[in-house]
Amino acid sequence: MNETLEARQVEIVEEFESFEDWMDKYEYVIELGKSLNSMPESAKLDDHLIRGCQSRVWLVAAKNDDGTIRFEADSDAIITKGLVALMVRALNGLTPKAVAEADLWFIAKIGLDTHLSPTRANGLQSMVQQMRHYGLAFQAKG
Amino acid sequence: MKSLDPNQIRLQFPILNREVNGKPLIYLDHAASAQKPLAVIEAQREYLSHYHSNVHRGVHALSNQATEAFESARRSVSASINAEFVEEVIWVAGATDGINLIAQSWGRDNIKQGDVVLITEMEHHANIVPWQMLVKACGARLEAVGVTDDGVLDKTDFQNKLKLQPKLVALTHVSNTLGTINDVKFWADEAHAAGSIVLIDGSQAMPHMDVDVQALGCDFYVFSGHKAYGPTGIGVLYGKRQLLEEMSPWRGGGEMIDVVSLKHGTTFAGLPYKFEAGTPHISGAIALGVALNWIQGIGKGAMQDHENTLTAQARRGLGQIEGLRLIGNAPNSSSVVSFVVDDVHPYDIGTLLDSQGIAVRTGHHCTQPLMERFGVVGTVRASFGAYNTLQEVDALVSGTQRAIRMLKG
Repeated sequence: MNETLEARQVEIVEEFESFEDWMDKYEYVIELGKSLNSMPESAKLDDHLIRGCQSRVWLVAAKNDDGTIRFEADSDAIITKGLVALMVRALNGLTPKAVAEADLWFIAKIGLDTHLSPTRANGLQSMVQQMRHYGLAFQAKG
Repeated sequence: MKSLDPNQIRLQFPILNREVNGKPLIYLDHAASAQKPLAVIEAQREYLSHYHSNVHRGVHALSNQATEAFESARRSVSASINAEFVEEVIWVAGATDGINLIAQSWGRDNIKQGDVVLITEMEHHANIVPWQMLVKACGARLEAVGVTDDGVLDKTDFQNKLKLQPKLVALTHVSNTLGTINDVKFWADEAHAAGSIVLIDGSQAMPHMDVDVQALGCDFYVFSGHKAYGPTGIGVLYGKRQLLEEMSPWRGGGEMIDVVSLKHGTTFAGLPYKFEAGTPHISGAIALGVALNWIQGIGKGAMQDHENTLTAQARRGLGQIEGLRLIGNAPNSSSVVSFVVDDVHPYDIGTLLDSQGIAVRTGHHCTQPLMERFGVVGTVRASFGAYNTLQEVDALVSGTQRAIRMLKG
């Protein structure tokens, strides 16, 4: 268990605790989506595309000098983008090992796990998998 | 014609009492699947609790009872579409299954190298992909009739493509994405004059309007049970008797045979059993018969009147929202309203409507070529049934306004 990741997840859950209504929750997710930097159109390559049935997600990963992973992500749907922002916030700057083994329990805790079910088909579930794959890949490269 | 009181009808739909995300459920996804009235729920329960057994093979009382109910359901279907003969009604898993049966049986028997199969740009994937697979296997060619900006079949294009003398014309009765009601009688006549066989996908028509296969003059008609207030996993393929008799069986197995011999080969059963290999979806068929009788009890005319009122109100209300564009504006349309909003992804609107308890569908609705035609990634689609009310339509309009404010604000 990675302490940084745990602390970040606790923090996110606390932020969401104040919302009583679903619409308030989404208001906040939309805000997060809007404040996440958009990837330049030139970076939205098919190679980076995580194909969902409806909304599309792009994900790029790079290694920092200290060996940790840096993620950049975007989506054409703003709620998806807000959720993407939360996942990037949780995993950014962690070691490849921590990313590969990450258990993102906060999503279920804040009640947004329906967005991760395959039926919602928004690419988020695949995105989480892809992030872990990057963790594994960067681990292998050493 | 007596008019319909949706509040009375709602009493027969237990699911409509539930809440979603802490809000009363407003179910506006009829075109994906209809909810079930008590009569249908009860028919399945009754079958499973009192007379479940296999059909057509028992000497015992339960099997006889199940067989009688199963065949009686077939008679209900036959009557509801005005088939000339009961054996023209084949049980299938749904419209998709029915179309695949036609493609793999009639298609394999009749489509040859260089032949043309004609569909339209507004077809559901179920009426596209089986034909793509078939033409690829047979060296034939698939052509599609274009759609106008209003979401109507392009008449000139249709007539031009009929000059290719397609072996088969397969088109939808009602568009699941646009709501457009096609003049299938007219096109069946035109297609027959061009020497084509005509298949109509009636999935979106059967729950809403009178269907008379003899008056339409089509050769094949398919629909799914679950969109017509019946269960999932059951549907109907209607075919003209002579055509069905000439066709080879598709799936082999029990039920569909006359005599099976390892020495002399197998002879097949007559209609309709030739196409019904294996144990059928007995409870589904029985409950579909009940669903169609239930619809008839209310009256399709009354249903259509009510649904037209809802649809008109939705189109009026949504049409006034700034930046919102209705996709599909056919003069003759069913209870489906599809729309997009400038700079807003349909998924976001669908999510925010869901959090207000309003169930709509978003995405491409299994009609990707149509999305491409209109240059959109997807739409938000609301669709109405007999149990929907004007208050629910108003909630859709105000819910959509609220969602747009949140997303654009």
